[in-house]
Amino acid sequence: MGIFNRRKTGFKTTAVVNASTLRNTFDRRAIVIGGLQGGIGILLAARMGYLAIAENEKYRLESESNRVNLTLIPPRRGWILDRNGAPLASNRADFRVDVIPERLADADATIDQIGNLLDLEADRIADLKTEVAAARGFAPVEVASGLDYEQFAALSVRLPDMQGVIPQRGFSRFYPTASSVGHLIGYVGPASSEEYDEAPDPLLLTPGYKIGKDGLEKQFEQDLRGVPGARRVEVTAGGRIVRDLETRDDIQGDPVRLTIDGPLQDYAARRIGLESGSVVVMDCETGDLLCMASMPSFDPNSFSDGIGSVEYAMLREDPRVPLRNKVLKGLYPPGSTVKPMHCMAFLKAGISPDEAITCGGGRRIGNRFFNCWSNHGRVDMAKAIYQSCDSYFYHFAQQIGFDAVAEMARTCGMGEEFPLPVMSQFYGTVPTPDWKFNKFGREWQPFDTVNASIGQGYYLASPLQLAVTSARLATGRHVMPRLTLDTPPKGFNQVDFPADHVSYVRQAMSDVVNGPGTAGRGRLPFEDIKMAGKTGTAQVVSLSVSDGRSGPWKYRDHGLFTFFAPTDKPKYAGAVVIEHGGGSGAAYPIARDVMTFLFDPAKGLEALRALEEQWGGTAQERLDRRYAAYAAERGATVQPTPRRDEEIFDRVEAEARLEAEQTQEEIGDAFVAPRENQTAAGTPPVDALTPVTERGAQQ
Amino acid sequence: MSARGGIIPYPIARQPWGMLIPLFLLVAFGAAVLYSAAGGSMDPYASSHLVRFGVFLVMASVIASLPRELVRLLTYPAYAIVLALLLLVEIIGQVNGGSQRWLNLGFMVLQPSEIMKPVIVVTLALFYSSLPVGLITGWRALLIPAALIGLPVSFVLLQPDLGTSLAILFGGAVVMLLAGLPLKWFIGGGLAAAAVAPVVFFFGLQDYQQRRILTMFDPEADPQGDGYHIIQSQIAIGSGGIFGKGFNNGSQSHLQYLPEPHTDFVFATMAEEWGLIGGLFVLGVFAVIMRWGLSVARASKDRFASLLAGGMTATIFFYVAVNLLMVMGFAPVVGIPLPFMSHGGSSMLTNMICIGALMMVNRWNRNAPRGGLSSQ
Repeated sequence: MGIFNRRKTGFKTTAVVNASTLRNTFDRRAIVIGGLQGGIGILLAARMGYLAIAENEKYRLESESNRVNLTLIPPRRGWILDRNGAPLASNRADFRVDVIPERLADADATIDQIGNLLDLEADRIADLKTEVAAARGFAPVEVASGLDYEQFAALSVRLPDMQGVIPQRGFSRFYPTASSVGHLIGYVGPASSEEYDEAPDPLLLTPGYKIGKDGLEKQFEQDLRGVPGARRVEVTAGGRIVRDLETRDDIQGDPVRLTIDGPLQDYAARRIGLESGSVVVMDCETGDLLCMASMPSFDPNSFSDGIGSVEYAMLREDPRVPLRNKVLKGLYPPGSTVKPMHCMAFLKAGISPDEAITCGGGRRIGNRFFNCWSNHGRVDMAKAIYQSCDSYFYHFAQQIGFDAVAEMARTCGMGEEFPLPVMSQFYGTVPTPDWKFNKFGREWQPFDTVNASIGQGYYLASPLQLAVTSARLATGRHVMPRLTLDTPPKGFNQVDFPADHVSYVRQAMSDVVNGPGTAGRGRLPFEDIKMAGKTGTAQVVSLSVSDGRSGPWKYRDHGLFTFFAPTDKPKYAGAVVIEHGGGSGAAYPIARDVMTFLFDPAKGLEALRALEEQWGGTAQERLDRRYAAYAAERGATVQPTPRRDEEIFDRVEAEARLEAEQTQEEIGDAFVAPRENQTAAGTPPVDALTPVTERGAQQ
Repeated sequence: MSARGGIIPYPIARQPWGMLIPLFLLVAFGAAVLYSAAGGSMDPYASSHLVRFGVFLVMASVIASLPRELVRLLTYPAYAIVLALLLLVEIIGQVNGGSQRWLNLGFMVLQPSEIMKPVIVVTLALFYSSLPVGLITGWRALLIPAALIGLPVSFVLLQPDLGTSLAILFGGAVVMLLAGLPLKWFIGGGLAAAAVAPVVFFFGLQDYQQRRILTMFDPEADPQGDGYHIIQSQIAIGSGGIFGKGFNNGSQSHLQYLPEPHTDFVFATMAEEWGLIGGLFVLGVFAVIMRWGLSVARASKDRFASLLAGGMTATIFFYVAVNLLMVMGFAPVVGIPLPFMSHGGSSMLTNMICIGALMMVNRWNRNAPRGGLSSQ
């Protein structure tokens, strides 16, 4: 205010400025300046108080995060064990190299340099470049793992020139039985950015840290993961480590104990040989799944290092769909394997097992004659099972109505989704009049009953369902399958069938193998242990397209066999399905050898060794060789792998569904005349082993 | 002070202990902070800090003992010499192909622009005290000082050293204000500066200077680059809290997160270890010094002496205010150290010249209290 006064008087009294007014001006302005200085002082004090008190928490944290560098130590992944404690998935200490894309000055040059040092293959280097270019800045990309010490040392000494390259010790996942457990166990891989967005755990960004990508590895991710350790160090602004503050060890993830019998799983997978198929074996007393083999398969060891584009292309082009888990996602017309189950339905409906019909090479249902695969003469229930007479089932299914049969099929596990820790399972179709009308808008016809009564038509089942059905028929109990040892056995207090029905069907199924039945070569090589079973041949196209035994591989019949043993007191039950095996003759020898191995491993292996000599090595050896040949031949021209692993398996699953649908549409809506000699089998023709594209070129 | 008069010899007792003791404490505190900034060692900062203070304290007492007439006599020649030195620095810089701010005199490195800060104050004080009273509202009162300020400021700007040229400008402007120039000129000048500021910003400033100013408004925009200094400084101050992390325990300074922990950002180094308490102590000491300086200025009945004292106080204040505003994120990062705490000879020299000059005026006031205190 004083200043304004002064200013006004200054205007008016320019002439009367004198020493005294100047002195006054000085004093006034000095006070104002002093006041301003004081004001700035107070402002500074307030600002400092604000920083130091109100914002103290925030800045203390920031100062700590400057000072302390936290490195996560990835936890060792829990093991996946078989029922006897043998590892199906374990960890192996090794050396590894990662790169952080954001820190690479010249990504391509650095990768070339690493490629030189580590002798990486050209296609791996190309894959890496694509991967690094697409990677999110801060997420590390694994370049190589499983390095030996010399390679590791060679790289380490050149580190000062290679920004963003991180060599380190670590653990990598190891699957001792490799491709035998590929579908069951799955594999591991670095988390994708989508997975990180879903659960933003900094652990997922830790170099070399891998999570389950498929199968049980993914299903039990949280159990297997463990708790990361941490190393806290004090660092300077330049990144120099001043001292270690604290190190906390990681806690290894919990092991998962499966009901799987590791050696049996491996044996069954190898025994499938050159064929494409699956083997399921269950323990009838506990519901334990002892074996869920699906072949051909992929090598989870190699997938865990990153799915190479050559490897992926080879697997994609294989018509035997090595990426599909056929135990859970293969759907097949069950064919004659449903006959014992349908007999249970007849028995329940009050039909006496002794009631017989005459098979005259077929039977008239309504006003149409339907062929049987042979002329069986007089047929009662037992003969209908062991000789697999179709006429008998046409007749009685028509008599009790297919709804009653379908209800029994569902009781036995057809169309059922089991409470198992798996990523996905297909549950197939038990056709009924209602189902058909809802799905296709057409009325149920007599030929539908005829088709369905022998497991053809719209019927679709997975190998797992066939195995569960077999176990339920063998025990008469509502056996529920289980995959981990910590789930309690279920269903044993629920009796599905009366004891006399069970023993009748058991005997008839025993006769299939041990009597005058269709699987005489399926007898076990033991005096005292007998196996019972039921053959099945599922036609995938009508007889006019193919005779099912020769011609293009994909038109050949599926070979099926369900079984249990020993016959008198069933301990094991299971199913074998061989895709396009040409008939059940492709399936039951495998069941025989698998059961032989279960009771006498030495004898089983002996049989397998002879076969593998013909085939050219174990499944894994053949896969490796095939890969080498394939890579040499067409390594340069392959399509790149989808960026996300999920896409691969989503695509595989979609294709599996589509294929099942097509099967239904192609052969569902007409009577499919059964073939003669249902048990016929051949070795897979050459075209089953050559990639689709090549075959197309030849035709 | 007067109580001690009986026991303590008069030449000692008459010293302005009310200002000197806080100043000694501040310098000692500064040495402690520098000891910590050197990682817990007297070398290289703390010991030379104390030695310099000792040397410059002697120089300040020599200045304090100068008689008024001698000062008036030497003022204009001193201005001419320092201006010539500034020109010399500029020429040497041009010849050597680069910018240079200092002259190597063999026994010490001299920055003429630093000397100019107190010299411009004395020069203007002399000018206004010899200007006839009636002319204070005339054009001479404005244009000649403007030229006196403008010449060194433009030389310093050429170096380029924005901080120092602003300091010279500020010291000169405060003397002009205190001299009683019409306020409308200051208001007009302020408005003109505000109008020209955008032009200067876009065409007059170097890229890095523009960025520093922009950064002040949004340090988070580039936390690893331009905003780094301000962010790290605020982290240091904020993380210190009320009582600090303890002597020698500052992680921001010791682990080199804080840039320039011993010079421009010495306050942040201090605040991290001593907290708000240390900060208030430093602010308090500066408040005591400013208050004393202004009281010296007002106590003087001699126009030359009071303008001189007011200008010297303003020069010290400019250092303190700009430095502290900068470390707390209120001003752009300009290289201005904190008086009596930052390590560095030139700023210590300038500030001790200011202190010496204030003590000189204080002595003049006591020896010849013309008019006494009655005019208050």
